[in-house]
Amino acid sequence: MVVVAAESATAAEAVLTSRSLGLVLRSAGLAAAVTAGAIALAVPLAWLTVRSDLPGRRTWATLATLPLVMPSYIVAYVFVTVLRPRGLLAEALAPFGVQELPPIYGFLGAWLVLTLCTYPLVLIPLRAALRRLDPALEEAARVMGRKPLEVFRTVVLPQLAPAIGGGGVLVALYVLSDFGAVAILRFDSFTREIYIAFQSAQRTEAAALGMVLVVVMLALFALYARVRGARALHRSSPGSQRPAAPARLGGWRWPALGFCSGVVAITLVLPIAVLVYWASKDVASGLDAAAIAANAGNSLLAAAAAAGAAAAAAVVVAVLAVRFPGYATRAIERVGYAGYALPGIVVALALVFFGTRVALPLYQTLAMLVFALTIHYLPLAVGPVGTALLQVPPRLEEAARGLGRSPLQVFRTITRPLVTSGVLAGAALVFLHALKELPATLLLAPIGFETLATDIFRQTTTGFFEAGAIPALILLLIAAPPLYLLNEKSVSAP
Amino acid sequence: MTAARAVRATALATLAAILAVAGSGCGGGDDELTIYSGRIQGLIAPAIKLYEKDSGEAVKVRYGDSPSLAATLVEEGKNSRADLFYAQDAGSLDAIEKAGNLEPLPQDVLNLVPARFRSRDGRWVGVTGRSRIIAYGEKVGRDELPDSPLELAEAKWRGRVGWAPTNASLQGYVTALRLVQGEDVARRWLTGMVANKTQVFDGNVPIRDAIARGEIDLGLMNHYYVAEAVAKDPDYPVMVHFPTKDLGSLVNVAGVGVLASSSRKREAIEFVRTMLKRPAQQYFANSSKEYPLVAGIESAKELTPLEEIPSPKIDLASLGDLKGTLELMRETGAL
Repeated sequence: MVVVAAESATAAEAVLTSRSLGLVLRSAGLAAAVTAGAIALAVPLAWLTVRSDLPGRRTWATLATLPLVMPSYIVAYVFVTVLRPRGLLAEALAPFGVQELPPIYGFLGAWLVLTLCTYPLVLIPLRAALRRLDPALEEAARVMGRKPLEVFRTVVLPQLAPAIGGGGVLVALYVLSDFGAVAILRFDSFTREIYIAFQSAQRTEAAALGMVLVVVMLALFALYARVRGARALHRSSPGSQRPAAPARLGGWRWPALGFCSGVVAITLVLPIAVLVYWASKDVASGLDAAAIAANAGNSLLAAAAAAGAAAAAAVVVAVLAVRFPGYATRAIERVGYAGYALPGIVVALALVFFGTRVALPLYQTLAMLVFALTIHYLPLAVGPVGTALLQVPPRLEEAARGLGRSPLQVFRTITRPLVTSGVLAGAALVFLHALKELPATLLLAPIGFETLATDIFRQTTTGFFEAGAIPALILLLIAAPPLYLLNEKSVSAP
Repeated sequence: MTAARAVRATALATLAAILAVAGSGCGGGDDELTIYSGRIQGLIAPAIKLYEKDSGEAVKVRYGDSPSLAATLVEEGKNSRADLFYAQDAGSLDAIEKAGNLEPLPQDVLNLVPARFRSRDGRWVGVTGRSRIIAYGEKVGRDELPDSPLELAEAKWRGRVGWAPTNASLQGYVTALRLVQGEDVARRWLTGMVANKTQVFDGNVPIRDAIARGEIDLGLMNHYYVAEAVAKDPDYPVMVHFPTKDLGSLVNVAGVGVLASSSRKREAIEFVRTMLKRPAQQYFANSSKEYPLVAGIESAKELTPLEEIPSPKIDLASLGDLKGTLELMRETGAL
């Protein structure tokens, strides 16, 4: 990527036009609005599913994170089908004299769909962080006479800022690099420029435009580092931490349940209903169960391997960045984010370049695909691991060192158990993304290695999005159990 | 089981599975003909079977979209494992031809296809053709239909037309317009289309479906999108109009080229030959309703014969040069 961009001094002018500047601003505006929306949805959901006595809160948590596994263009198409001027909703409202709904296209539609697609990016790390909060702090504030809402605002929220900020950065980057959903919702975004340049075989221009995204990403990250860097989040006094007692909702239980089911109804039930409706037309013509099972197996294999590798790498990166802050370690962490800020096709082509020049024997093997997915999604794991580390008092590690343990022993016996929840949350995020990844899988997987995502592509590439319904449903189905496990473990682990 | 042990067990199992799959993948080597296909599996697989039957050899195919695969081939350079590139459009083939990735084809293969449907440098041939038509819905009377796509910029059609400016086919069309009728005509048309509130879509199928639902009345697209829908549902409420004036119903191709880096060029050229023989040509005519390009093979009955389609004689390779078109489309606000 950098190599290609470096060749492209001449393409710089393409980047610096007022037009692309305007598009950057449009995209940035959308990213900001979606990030705000995602946080507004995720914070109450996280609190309700971790810290309250909401009935069935574990199931709610899994259902609420599941939408992340669906490719955003499929979600966009579902919502267009329902909400377009003469879509399903307009048909349903026809008896009430509604003939046509106002167009869903443009900023509002893009905001809606992307918010619903991305809020789990905040929810997953936030749940892990909430679980690690030390209730002693809140209790102290209560004892001093603060009201519950005030405690939440002045004690809880500041402690959650790194998790919210980290998730928010991921949401913003997702929006900036998304192409499929904004294209279907007819919102002109900066990514569309990259896509057009790329489609017309002007790869240097595409690479130069991609660098703009990297610059925006670096700016965002500097902002996030400021949120994260200024705080010590571990307890400063001696004593051991215990889990918080769940807050009693009492009469608030019903509005809380209403909120959770409302979110799940819109982000999960509605898309599933539309997908089932589309699939029912296809099922008549017969299903190839063996092929679907093989594709699902391949998807799970690649996604699980990438999640494991990314989680392991994230621990290394996060330990370096949090425990040994300095220019070099900060640079490593930030460069890692570039893999997520760039559109998938740009990352995939950079890896084609790398694979054919540096790692030819591995090129287009499964190992190469897992490597690509790991590079692409590493930042998703670094965030939650980093926030978990911030909540581990360095004093504990120092004490163990003082008692004669080697650094590696300290890591194994003290640090690792304490950051497990963050590692699992990170693994869950990578897993959900890797399951639906398309461009790198198409270009870098061994020939014949079909996944559910490539199957969706195969079915929908002529524009018949309905035909992708069956693999999309299977994708949701196979993602749910591992996600439930990861969600559970990341909340029950310290 | 504790969380840590569960994770460790999963990690080990996954690693073992990867090693197993990687191991089984290794022995394969480069002993099969490999195609990078920008055309979809459902359409191309039966045609590939024809070659496998003729030659007795198995073929491996990597599917993707044409521009991505073209960019991949350029990145791979001489280390590519592909022997053939089968693209959806002339532009993608032209891009890798210009990058030096394609091998010249033998003259007898080239001669099977009219000169206007193949590369001027003889490094790729068109296999099938598609025509740029105007699709229309039930609210439009036959006598109202425009003789030229240029008329769609007129006030009469304000807000009633759909187009897909990010789509390579439309961009190819604008490039052709610039070549044949000049920069000024193209600029005026684009400006007029934008001012006329032409509705922007993401692709041809969404335009076609919007016409069927009555959200818009007309759309610019390739002929087979409508033919496919009508083949599935004879009552599909969208019809095809072949305009006759100006660019008329411009014909573009899907085609194939042999990679210069291939170690199996003989077989690759044999594959190209198979695609241009009657069984493959007839198959495409029947299934995707595209025009066969080889003389003596008939197109689907419901289509206007290729020879009768008013299309200017232009060099399709020049459609690969999109840079000026994109600049013009940006300048006029079409993109």
